Amino acid sequence: MQVTVRLFAAHREAAGTHVVVAELPDGATVSDALERVCAQHPAIAKSARGIAFALNRTHVSADAALADGDEVALLPPVAGG
Amino acid sequence: MTPHFLVSADTLDERAAVECLASDGAGAVATFVGRVRNSSRGRDVTRLEYEAYPEMAQRVFEQIADEAKTRHEIIDIAIHHRVGSLSIGEASVVIAVSSRHRAAAFDACRFAIDRLKQIAPIWKKEHGPDGSVWVEDRP
Repeated sequence: MQVTVRLFAAHREAAGTHVVVAELPDGATVSDALERVCAQHPAIAKSARGIAFALNRTHVSADAALADGDEVALLPPVAGG
Repeated sequence: MTPHFLVSADTLDERAAVECLASDGAGAVATFVGRVRNSSRGRDVTRLEYEAYPEMAQRVFEQIADEAKTRHEIIDIAIHHRVGSLSIGEASVVIAVSSRHRAAAFDACRFAIDRLKQIAPIWKKEHGPDGSVWVEDRP
């Protein structure tokens, strides 16, 4: 399956891109998507502390299951307001 | 008509946030405006850069509004957040709440900004003479 992973703030800068397309095996989870992105962009692994996840624009935990066409987002610690 | 929930690269208009509220039965409107300050944690700040996950932020604002309405007796609420590069004194966020009586409007306004800082997918980078850093607020 193919999922889109969106990157923001420090992660986006570290990777030099705001989106990564990842090809993952069936049964993959958000955690697998993170691992794949970190393998492609090791700079992100350094700032993975405190990270949260969204799946199709809703907060989820790292063990959430993925389906083809999903949009995953890696969310660094937020600082709005 | 300005939407209730907005992530925008344009200058925020406090009056537009107030005017989009349903308020015929409202005896009170409370607003909160967050502005860019010239210092942060002992460092000088010359500008802030805000970045959002806009599609999700919109949904999170709706969630915060639902939570505020469950907890407080309010009539309506608007949440507007700015993105892009902001100068000192510019508004980064505007929250407006209408209610029958003042206490609920004040309380819901406070609740909404605190919650926004906790869960909205928005990030800020501080730029100053000492360099630039992505802020990691601990709510």
